Amino acid sequence: MTLSSHFAILVVVVPLVMAPLVAVLPSRSGTPWLVATLTAFVSFLLAIGVTQQVMAQGVLLYELGNWPVPFGIGLVIGPFAALLLLVITGASLGALLWGRASMNQEVGEEHQSLLYACWLLATAGLVGITITGDAFNVFVFMEISALASYVLVSAGPSRQALTATFKYLVTGTIGATFYLIGVGYLYMMTGTLNMADMADRLSQVSDTAPVLMASGFIVLGLALKAALFPMHAWMPNAYRYAPTIVTVFLAACSTKVALFVLIRFDFLILQPNLGDHALLFTTILMPLCIVAFLVGSTVAVFERDLKRMLAYSSVAQIGYILLGASLVSSAGTTAAILHMFNHAIIKAALFMAVGAMVLRYGSSRISDIAGAGKSMPWTMAAFCVAGLSLIGVPLTAGFMSKWFLIQAMLEIEGIGYLVVFLILVSSLLAVVYIWKVIEVAYFQEPASMPQGEPPRLISEAPMPMLLMIWLLAIANIWFGIDPSLPLGLAGMEVQQLLGASR
Amino acid sequence: MTPTSNLVVTALGLLNYWVYIFLLCVGLYAVLVKGNYVKRMIGLGIFQSAVFLLYISMDKVDGGTGPIFQGEPVAGQIFSNPLPQVLILTAIVVGIAVTALGLALAIRIKEEYGSIEEADTQRMDREA
Repeated sequence: MTLSSHFAILVVVVPLVMAPLVAVLPSRSGTPWLVATLTAFVSFLLAIGVTQQVMAQGVLLYELGNWPVPFGIGLVIGPFAALLLLVITGASLGALLWGRASMNQEVGEEHQSLLYACWLLATAGLVGITITGDAFNVFVFMEISALASYVLVSAGPSRQALTATFKYLVTGTIGATFYLIGVGYLYMMTGTLNMADMADRLSQVSDTAPVLMASGFIVLGLALKAALFPMHAWMPNAYRYAPTIVTVFLAACSTKVALFVLIRFDFLILQPNLGDHALLFTTILMPLCIVAFLVGSTVAVFERDLKRMLAYSSVAQIGYILLGASLVSSAGTTAAILHMFNHAIIKAALFMAVGAMVLRYGSSRISDIAGAGKSMPWTMAAFCVAGLSLIGVPLTAGFMSKWFLIQAMLEIEGIGYLVVFLILVSSLLAVVYIWKVIEVAYFQEPASMPQGEPPRLISEAPMPMLLMIWLLAIANIWFGIDPSLPLGLAGMEVQQLLGASR
Repeated sequence: MTPTSNLVVTALGLLNYWVYIFLLCVGLYAVLVKGNYVKRMIGLGIFQSAVFLLYISMDKVDGGTGPIFQGEPVAGQIFSNPLPQVLILTAIVVGIAVTALGLALAIRIKEEYGSIEEADTQRMDREA
């Protein structure tokens, strides 16, 4: 056995093992950041290795301790999981490289080693959810990542971070427990926790009451975790009051992991075994998704805080992602997977640009960043690129995902035309709220200082921040011109998910 | 047996599940309705315990004994399913961690706001 055959497990073990080590490093020395970043870098390389293997083989199976599945726990990494693995480890590495200055300013140096330890635990948890093939394992990893994320959010600079975390904790725990109940019902009916095995055995007991209940609890629990409207109440404040570096990381990947589990559970396990599943899935989720992007975009227009505005925009984007999946068609699912990837790079770029402004202006209120276009030209330029991508202007990543989503909607005709119209309305709303920021940053004079005080001198963001922001802004354009990486993996996944049924 | 008594027996036989549903509702109610952070954590604890009961109830096999291997296997002996117990052991640990973190947050909220009532903290946030 070569080392490369163990990449699948190493990608979760490496951050998990490094976390306690980081926790005992001296806080003020800067070593916790260095070690965490190196660990994230190694995880990212491992994720790339795993993705290459997945691209060659289709699905990567790994039996823990050589116990044959379903007796032991197996890791199952499909193309979708590989793509998400890249997003998670990439977001973790990118945010760490970007955010050292931001972390020092917002959190102080005292507790940094513990926070970076939690960071690695959160990464390990999210990675674990993505790669495991065991339904209960998903719950455990979900709680590992959730508990670590609560600690990260609560470290925010103002005291509102605490109340926001409490709300996040309560909602997250209810969501995870609902998922656990659903898995319990499925275990009751099948006697197995391995997802593939479960899908096989469910066919003998399909359409029974417990299985229906299970699907309800699982969808509801994961929708809570994914902040699908109207279960998004925890998200805006958690994103607003968390340290910005944490917001960048969580916004890029944490809700998407819940969506990933939702899509995989429903398509792989429930879809072949529940007669009305496709119909139920569509009729329940599609209206919620439509309301999600309309409400999310509308609230974002009226929001006066940059971080909360982007959080509400995330509510809308989650609507788009799940809208694609709710069609249960290959075009729709491709759009969902593609947008999940694109939204991660869009939101990471936007939050990074906002974080740089928070660093320099000490505030995330839109009215406070007047004049940022002059004092931080590079940051604002990157914000504009990512903003255009969020809106879905051609030649950006956001355009690609909307293009595929609209094509998928046109396929179903009838109501599809109405939904396409609503997507365009929501995109116009995105134009409004992105423009609102651009207007203040470029066309408003900075508020005049009280008499006698010299005007504040705002300088451009520090170099590491700027590099990461631009790297992501360029990624937005790159994947807008050549989306072959996410699209190729999405295509492979759709064949596996829906191949059996059509 | 009459159909009615049959129904009663069936209903009582499912007593564990009734208790599970009751606890689930009580816990969820406390979490959603109570404005006190500590009371909400208690509610969350009850809510999670309900799920523990669900798993523990389903592992019982009629006439089964504890799943412990005692020397020579006895013909016809049946065991209860040990797997849900192991699962729930994990879930209990997770529950403890959540409770500990939630209460720690409540302490921090008390330090910062001087109150653990949601109404108070919301009012102070609005005034700030």
